[in-house]
Amino acid sequence: MVPEILRRGPEWFAGLGRERNVGTKLFCISGHVNNPCNVEEEMGIPLRDLIEKHAGGVIGGWDNLLAVIPGGSSVRCIPKSICDDILMDFDSLMAVRSGLGTAAVIVMNKETDIIRAITRLSYFYRHESCGQCTPCREGTGWMWRVMERLCTGEAELSEIDALEQVTKQIEGHTICALGDAAAWPIQGLLAHFRGEVEDRIKKYKASHSTLQAAE
Amino acid sequence: MPKLTVDGIEVEVPPGSSVLQACEAAGKEIPRFCYHERLSIAGNCRMCLVEVKPGPPKPQASCALPAGDNQEVFTDSEMVKKARHGVMEFLLINHPLDCPICDQGGECDLQDQALGYGHHSSRYVENKRAVDDKHMGPLIKTIMTRCIHCTRCVRFTTEVAGVTDMGMLGRGEDAEITTYLEKALDSELSGNVIDLCPVGALTSKPYAFVSRPWELKKTETIDVMDALGSNIRVDSRGSEVLRVLPRLHDDVNEEWISDKTRFACDGLKRQRLDRPYIRRDGKLTLASWPEALAAVAEKMKGLSGGEMAAVAGDLCDAESMFALKQLMGAFGSTNIDCRQDGAKLDPAVRSSYLFNSTIAGIEDADAILLIGTNPRTEAPVLNARIRKRWLEGGLSVGLVGTPADLTYKVETLGAGAQTLREIAAGTHAFAQTLKNAKRPMLILGMAALRRDDGAAVLALAKSIADGCGMLQPASEEAGAWNGFNVLHTAASRVAGLDMGFVPGAGGKDVAAIRAGAASGDIKLVYLLGADEMDLSGLGKAFVVYQGHHGDAGAHRADVILPGAAYTEKDGLYVNTEGRAQMALKASFPPGEAREDWKILRALSEAAGKTLGYDTLDALREALITAHPSFGAIDQVEAAEWGAFGTPGDTSDAPFGQAIENFYMTDPISRCSAVMAECTETFAARGERTGTEG
Repeated sequence: MVPEILRRGPEWFAGLGRERNVGTKLFCISGHVNNPCNVEEEMGIPLRDLIEKHAGGVIGGWDNLLAVIPGGSSVRCIPKSICDDILMDFDSLMAVRSGLGTAAVIVMNKETDIIRAITRLSYFYRHESCGQCTPCREGTGWMWRVMERLCTGEAELSEIDALEQVTKQIEGHTICALGDAAAWPIQGLLAHFRGEVEDRIKKYKASHSTLQAAE
Repeated sequence: MPKLTVDGIEVEVPPGSSVLQACEAAGKEIPRFCYHERLSIAGNCRMCLVEVKPGPPKPQASCALPAGDNQEVFTDSEMVKKARHGVMEFLLINHPLDCPICDQGGECDLQDQALGYGHHSSRYVENKRAVDDKHMGPLIKTIMTRCIHCTRCVRFTTEVAGVTDMGMLGRGEDAEITTYLEKALDSELSGNVIDLCPVGALTSKPYAFVSRPWELKKTETIDVMDALGSNIRVDSRGSEVLRVLPRLHDDVNEEWISDKTRFACDGLKRQRLDRPYIRRDGKLTLASWPEALAAVAEKMKGLSGGEMAAVAGDLCDAESMFALKQLMGAFGSTNIDCRQDGAKLDPAVRSSYLFNSTIAGIEDADAILLIGTNPRTEAPVLNARIRKRWLEGGLSVGLVGTPADLTYKVETLGAGAQTLREIAAGTHAFAQTLKNAKRPMLILGMAALRRDDGAAVLALAKSIADGCGMLQPASEEAGAWNGFNVLHTAASRVAGLDMGFVPGAGGKDVAAIRAGAASGDIKLVYLLGADEMDLSGLGKAFVVYQGHHGDAGAHRADVILPGAAYTEKDGLYVNTEGRAQMALKASFPPGEAREDWKILRALSEAAGKTLGYDTLDALREALITAHPSFGAIDQVEAAEWGAFGTPGDTSDAPFGQAIENFYMTDPISRCSAVMAECTETFAARGERTGTEG
């Protein structure tokens, strides 16, 4: 890109993208797409264009899309309804409480168990925590354990709010950004897929009601 | 000088201060676990979060944030409250609820702060983390499940104690504080991690399950295990001393004490002399006080002054030494000595036996010559001060004596007096280092002074001090500097020299007293707590031992007068700097033992030479009248420089070590089971073969 900028001039480069979000970005598209790839594209490209033009589209078609994590595993996921017309740049993703981050786009179609997927991220962050500062050391393990139970539904509905508060207690209170990174995926899950989490708990309760009565 | 506001209160703090210090200056208490003012900043507990404007829209760790001009700090905003409660909840989720059986209970930072910032109940329903306890030697008990990973212990051991035995292994939730190889923490200052630990993870092994802090009587007093005069707090219950803790004194011990100071107190309960004894038919038999005093008095009355002698030991208070000196004087005896080890120190010039630079003055030094001393064993807290100075950089340390690991870089220059001669003559390279230094100092240890050629070594040291610019008069830029320092090992030594507890005109010193007793010239030897001298050659002399432990002196004694240990009497001690400090009585002497000055006062009456004081205050007044320096409590007055030492031949023998085993140097530590265990663990390690079973 540098030779290109030298040849065409800085105005050309600054003309790419929208105001405050100019230039190009390296996107890494992975997950449920036909052709996972790394590609350099103009900032502000619509997410749908990005996936369909470069990654061969979502497996099973755009309507089979469940959610996308647009900026690496640490940012909040966005559901299909937002994905339909979101632009891939910093300001527009921030406006939907997500982020462009590293522009590592993780695409999940409807065969994904989104709770399990986010739990896997929690496990990763629990494993990555260095243990130096308190909120991250203690919080990442706590969140992962609760997430594991949310996967099966073996939890109380009140724990969803508690989990959200725990993520807020970690976010912004740590030395480095790993605490934030561990908190955001869960915040995204609870913001957009809270219904699914609740359903799973209710389903579990329903199928285990006799056992509870016996206790 | 940054000016900022804390909760609307304007404060001005010195440059380089942290926001936490600014908050304290404004009178706002900031909760903290990892922050400690004498350790480096870690910023990892996250308890001290405050809101700072201008800044990011999230709370900041006040301990790690430099105070800046025009900052607005908020310590009780909604954001701060939430942050503190959040961090406290995280700290508690994996902390066991074992306060009722935890030795830290009642003096636990986590307990106290949980009261202020904790939730009423826990939302954490998962299993709590359990951590294997670690082996850290005979002094430190670990319950690592309680650890909150503040890393104070790690920072203390690496920074202050200078041993790299401790660290954190593992990551995240699985991170554990440990001694890497599960070995005993090999430092003379290891006990300080117990005070530093804000929770009950590291507690005192000897004190485990002994007492609760609110049951204890706390007495602020002075330590006698080395010549530093560390400020300590003795915690006692009834007549039993249960533990010793450090007190703050920035000029002496900062807030550290050595393991011997802290843990030797169990020696106060063993092998105590609690009844007077008289040797009858070769066997020590119980006696009453009047009998014992009469036996000594009768013996004394029958002798001339020249036929009796007195030796003061290493743990004596100044008052009892003064009373003994006066009693001997009343009999016309000048055979008194407080230098059991035969150190060639003379009280004529006060600066010749003091640590003139002062302990805090070490921080100004930029070149140090250690002569026949191992400060790590002789005064571990002072050694930590040298290390502190060394860590700042620009300090060269040279050693003439036995090479040892002093926790900082030391250049070994030689082993004995020959090297000193070279330095004094200026032919040795280190002489130039000293001359180039702005504040050069030398530290002269007892190993160099207690030899026969000690006076010559003293003269050599003086000529080095004179020749290498260690004596600097006060100038406009800096105050006066005297870099000539003697590091004593005996707590009573400087007081003894200050009051002239040395042979008077025609008097005999320790060596001559021994020779005199062997030959029969000396018929009575009065040992005031003197156990460190060679007592084998006292011949047929009548030996009176006044002291608190059944140690060497008591075994040789013909009459034992049971006295009080340092925690059982009020007394004055003068540390190696010449700082007079007042020790206070924490408990009572056992059985029929009495405070030492009272014994001497009673004896003087029985011997018909009644000393002129009935109270300790009157005795002190007499002492201060005779020697005014004892009246200047906690003050160090610069001593006049003068001529001292006797130039002469020196032997080529190496200086050796003043202390062979740090853990056993006096009757109290020799009776301590804890110190015996330390000796087994640390001091004897080189001699073990691994097949002991």
